[in-house]
Amino acid sequence: MTIDNIRGVRRRDVMMCLALGFAVVVAAPAKADTVIVKIDNFTFAPAVLTVKSGTTVKFENHDDIPHSVVDAAGKFRSKALDTDDSFSLTVAVAGEINYFCGLHPHMKGKIVVTP
Amino acid sequence: MAHHDDDTHPGIDRRHALECMLWAGTGVLWTLSAGVPVSRLIGSAEAAESGFSFLQISDSHVGFDKAANPDARATLVAAIDKVNAMPVKPAFMIHTGDITHLSKPREFDDAAQAIGQARLDVHYVPGEHDIIDEDNGKAYLERYGKGTKGAGWYSFDQAGVHFIGLVNVVDLKAGGMGNLGDAQLAWLADDLRGKSASTPIVVFAHIPLWTVAEEWGWGTQDSARALALLARFGSVTVLNGHIHQLMQKVEGHVTFHTARSTAFPQPAPGTAPSPGPKVVPAGELRKLLGVTDVVYRAGQEKLAITDTALAG
Ligand SMILES: [Cu+2]
Repeated sequence: MTIDNIRGVRRRDVMMCLALGFAVVVAAPAKADTVIVKIDNFTFAPAVLTVKSGTTVKFENHDDIPHSVVDAAGKFRSKALDTDDSFSLTVAVAGEINYFCGLHPHMKGKIVVTP
Repeated sequence: MAHHDDDTHPGIDRRHALECMLWAGTGVLWTLSAGVPVSRLIGSAEAAESGFSFLQISDSHVGFDKAANPDARATLVAAIDKVNAMPVKPAFMIHTGDITHLSKPREFDDAAQAIGQARLDVHYVPGEHDIIDEDNGKAYLERYGKGTKGAGWYSFDQAGVHFIGLVNVVDLKAGGMGNLGDAQLAWLADDLRGKSASTPIVVFAHIPLWTVAEEWGWGTQDSARALALLARFGSVTVLNGHIHQLMQKVEGHVTFHTARSTAFPQPAPGTAPSPGPKVVPAGELRKLLGVTDVVYRAGQEKLAITDTALAG
């Protein structure tokens, strides 16, 4: 999903979603090719992220507790991210990446990489 | 001064007795008799009749400095002060993990320094916060791994009671909870082989060995396999931490108990969007932190578990 997909969403609705703690699917990319996954309340948001190959995905921990980002297929593993630490990953190959938190494995997320 | 008459007469009134008991860190005693838990008030001195007692502390998170407790080292020191004030000296102490917050050398040092003030032998198992150094647990094993197997599991005996320290925070699987793993379960089977069913067993590990809240990962994926190995024993006590609150369950011959943290409370399942640290007013914090005293009486095959908060 790109930023264009939510052009029709009114700002008030976005704010409402934020207030309710729902993940707003697309955070405005920090750079053209960097997309943020926020870790808040023991949740990766967005839980499912679709990006083009070559995009950098940056995981930011906003909790008071450390988390990590571990590939379920074993290809990468971040160090423990303390509060406000981040971990960046550039996705090269099209396909799906399933990941979880190595400390709290019930926390799961997915990156869908399109060509 | 009628109010103080009791001080100069034999026997004290009920109110004073209660005050003294509270001051001495008296708590509710749970005993297990024929599978039925019974609670009553107890003075710690009563524990000394025979057998021995040991202390459990948990989740000290040294290094944590966020809103839920700006100084986790200070509350650990307060917990050790509580231990030192106990009228009956415990035989030893167990620490059920999350000694540190981020596995940093300084945090391990500060924790060791504070806990050392108890001048007791301490048997540790790691929490997930103790194995997040660059080498995924090497720092913990260098300090506490001597004489242990695998990721740090081991057993020992004390006056006829068999103690087993398990590690369920390593090699966690996506979507799962705590994990013991095949190697540790094989070791456990071997460790229990040949033991008489009348041997009292105490198992301790960081994450609960029963499912407290699956949606928060508060349980151990393969704990049923460990419990199956323990099923033939007449007295099994399972002590855990991780969830930073008291919880107890009795199932057949098995008593499950979780201890309070010495650092910060966490919410009860279903009461918050996540299990993250619970921020409470400063004056309330120490009422939600504490230590756990466990008493074994020889020949009675029942262990008494008493939880004491750092403040009333
Ligand atoms: Cu986590």
